[in-house]
Amino acid sequence: MNANPTPPGTIAPDTSASDVAPDLIGSGQEGTIGDQVRAYFQRLRSGDMGALPAIGGFVVLTILFSFLSPFFLTERNFANLLTQAATLVMLGMALVFVLLLGEIDLSAGVTSGMTMALFIVLVNVHAVPWMLALAIAFAAGILTGALIGFFVARVGIPSFVVTLGLFLGYQGITLMIIGAGGLYRVQISEITAIQNRNLPVWAGWAMLVVILAVSAATSFWDRARRTRAGVPNRTISLVWVKLGVIAVIGGAVVAILSRNRGQSVGVVEGVPIVVPIVLVILWIGTFVLDRTRFGRYLYAIGGNAEAARRAGVKVMLIRWSAFIVCSTLAVVSGLFSISKVGSVDAAAGREIVLSGVAAAVVGGVSLFGGRGRLLHAAIGALVIAVITNGLGLLNLPAGVNLVVTGGVLILAATVDALSRVRAGGSIMRT
Amino acid sequence: MNMGADPGGVGAPIIELEGVVKSFGPVSVLKGVDLAAYPGKVTALVGDNGAGKSTLIKGLAGVQPYDDGVVRFDGDPITLHTPRDAARLGIEVVYQDLALCDNLDIVQNMFLGREETGLGTFDEGRMEKEASDTLRSLSVRTVKSVRQKVASLSGGQRQTVAIARAVLKRARVVILDEPTAALGVAQTEQVLHLVQRLAEQGVAVIIISHNLADVFEVADHINVLYLGQMVASLDAKQTTRDDVVGYITGTKTQQGANA
Ligand SMILES: Nc1ncnc2c1ncn2[C@@H]1O[C@H](COP(=O)(O)OP(=O)(O)OP(=O)(O)O)[C@@H](O)[C@H]1O
Ligand SMILES: [Mg+2]
Repeated sequence: MNANPTPPGTIAPDTSASDVAPDLIGSGQEGTIGDQVRAYFQRLRSGDMGALPAIGGFVVLTILFSFLSPFFLTERNFANLLTQAATLVMLGMALVFVLLLGEIDLSAGVTSGMTMALFIVLVNVHAVPWMLALAIAFAAGILTGALIGFFVARVGIPSFVVTLGLFLGYQGITLMIIGAGGLYRVQISEITAIQNRNLPVWAGWAMLVVILAVSAATSFWDRARRTRAGVPNRTISLVWVKLGVIAVIGGAVVAILSRNRGQSVGVVEGVPIVVPIVLVILWIGTFVLDRTRFGRYLYAIGGNAEAARRAGVKVMLIRWSAFIVCSTLAVVSGLFSISKVGSVDAAAGREIVLSGVAAAVVGGVSLFGGRGRLLHAAIGALVIAVITNGLGLLNLPAGVNLVVTGGVLILAATVDALSRVRAGGSIMRT
Repeated sequence: MNMGADPGGVGAPIIELEGVVKSFGPVSVLKGVDLAAYPGKVTALVGDNGAGKSTLIKGLAGVQPYDDGVVRFDGDPITLHTPRDAARLGIEVVYQDLALCDNLDIVQNMFLGREETGLGTFDEGRMEKEASDTLRSLSVRTVKSVRQKVASLSGGQRQTVAIARAVLKRARVVILDEPTAALGVAQTEQVLHLVQRLAEQGVAVIIISHNLADVFEVADHINVLYLGQMVASLDAKQTTRDDVVGYITGTKTQQGANA
């Protein structure tokens, strides 16, 4: 194995240390499924809980609300819940890109509102083809991100301040675009379809099969690569467990959505179109975060920006691009929102941003940067959506929802701060 | 002591600094410093706290560019404006403050900024293999898994990871800023041993240390920085500990240039 001469700068094996067992350093992938499970609980105890609290909350809330309201566990409400959540899921995922840096974008909500106001006025008033108007809306979103990124990454103003300023400014611009008291209907069938039309039943099942196939393919591809490199793989049973979990949960979801949930006349069935759109964005985003330089550097900068800089990471450019990604995904979230609501007014996107932050943090994305995944934000958004939906069914005053959501956000942020301490960091951060 | 390709002869320096100047606002930290590092040789840089040692090597790393002065690499004048400039030339640095990302694991830290990719995505297996091979060659005994988060490591283990990062790729110049400060006796021996092995392989090593015993154990040349000026450049074999201490504290000057 050591046939080739050692190039300068690499270390020849130290013969004086040959008493060391060759496989002393593990990779955490060895052992039986039991070892893996034990290692998982070890990670949990060290404060790395990921989305587990959110999943727990989701289950508890679901049980609670199904006792409190007979309507909660119906097929109709389930589909309604998913489409209500889609806007928040999207916004939460958008925010992950800046939260990973330890930054925040308080203007993500009004960015979605402003771009949608622009979009709908172009279509309804100026008779611009909707695809062109959509492209302009996205361009405005990208420009917004570039603007925030410029002030944060280039000029060095805290993102909190820049985006708070924009939060106010964009409400004004939206008001100017829409006009006081104005309200525009969304009459583009393609946009309305996103949240109000469903896939054929067979396509829902096909979607599940594709998810399983892609998941299996990436798992086996990764294993093959590791084998080629000569490092151990996790026991293969974990792959089957993972696929099993996807099959069971996904199967249940598709099965419920495949039943007729129409109220009186006509059949309503199938997976809402928004679901595969969210899943595709989730998959691409996760791929970027886990497997590309851009994603890795987001985590590195969130962990220690100076270390990243010294390692040759172009910190400013990465920061800048993160804000562009966030604003662009915020436009998608706005699209989901107007598709669901069916109209755009001057208050569009004003209230949702804190729920978006809450979604990410509840799901286990750290406000301190460097920790979190897109899936976490999506799960967190589902929890918030369950709260909103469930409380709505109970006919409680609207104020209760805000109070509860705020309380959950503070609770989640506390868990976040405490798990940082556990993991060896400190709450204080310079 | 060295059995490199250039036995006996000193050869041309890989890196040569001439009249390097650096200030932070009104504070002048480096006041015209010269330094040379030779292939296959260990060059020690000593000096009191605040003498400017770390500032000098941060300039070489491209992390904090010099204000003025000439840097020659293989005899050619070069500019070191960014960490990438340094990395491209094969200059690797272990920083005094280690510069690791707590939230990333050992492999991710070692490959930060130079990840192995295949088809545009990370080849984690290959990175993991190279990382654990390098760690093993450093005789790391206490690290359980290369996929551990750096946050969970002890001070000495973190130092080892930082060193492993520096020797992971074929480097021509390896700079270590107080690499043994957090290490136990056995690990210190290991690092000094590594420094010698690097030199044997033709790498130019620059080591900063406050421990003169360590310095005399490995260094071929000893350079003393005193308040931003290089006050002495000595052959390790022809000097004594007392001399070096004299230069460090400023009670002694070379060639009696000034009092
Ligand atoms: N970024 C900075 N801004 C202002 N002053 C600085 C900066 N970095 C270093 N200095 C100053 O430059 C001087 C030299 O610092 P440097 O870190 O190079 O010393 P050193 O020789 O490495 O000391 P030590 O042995 O304590 O590591 C110190 O007086 C320090 O205060
Ligand atoms: Mg120093």
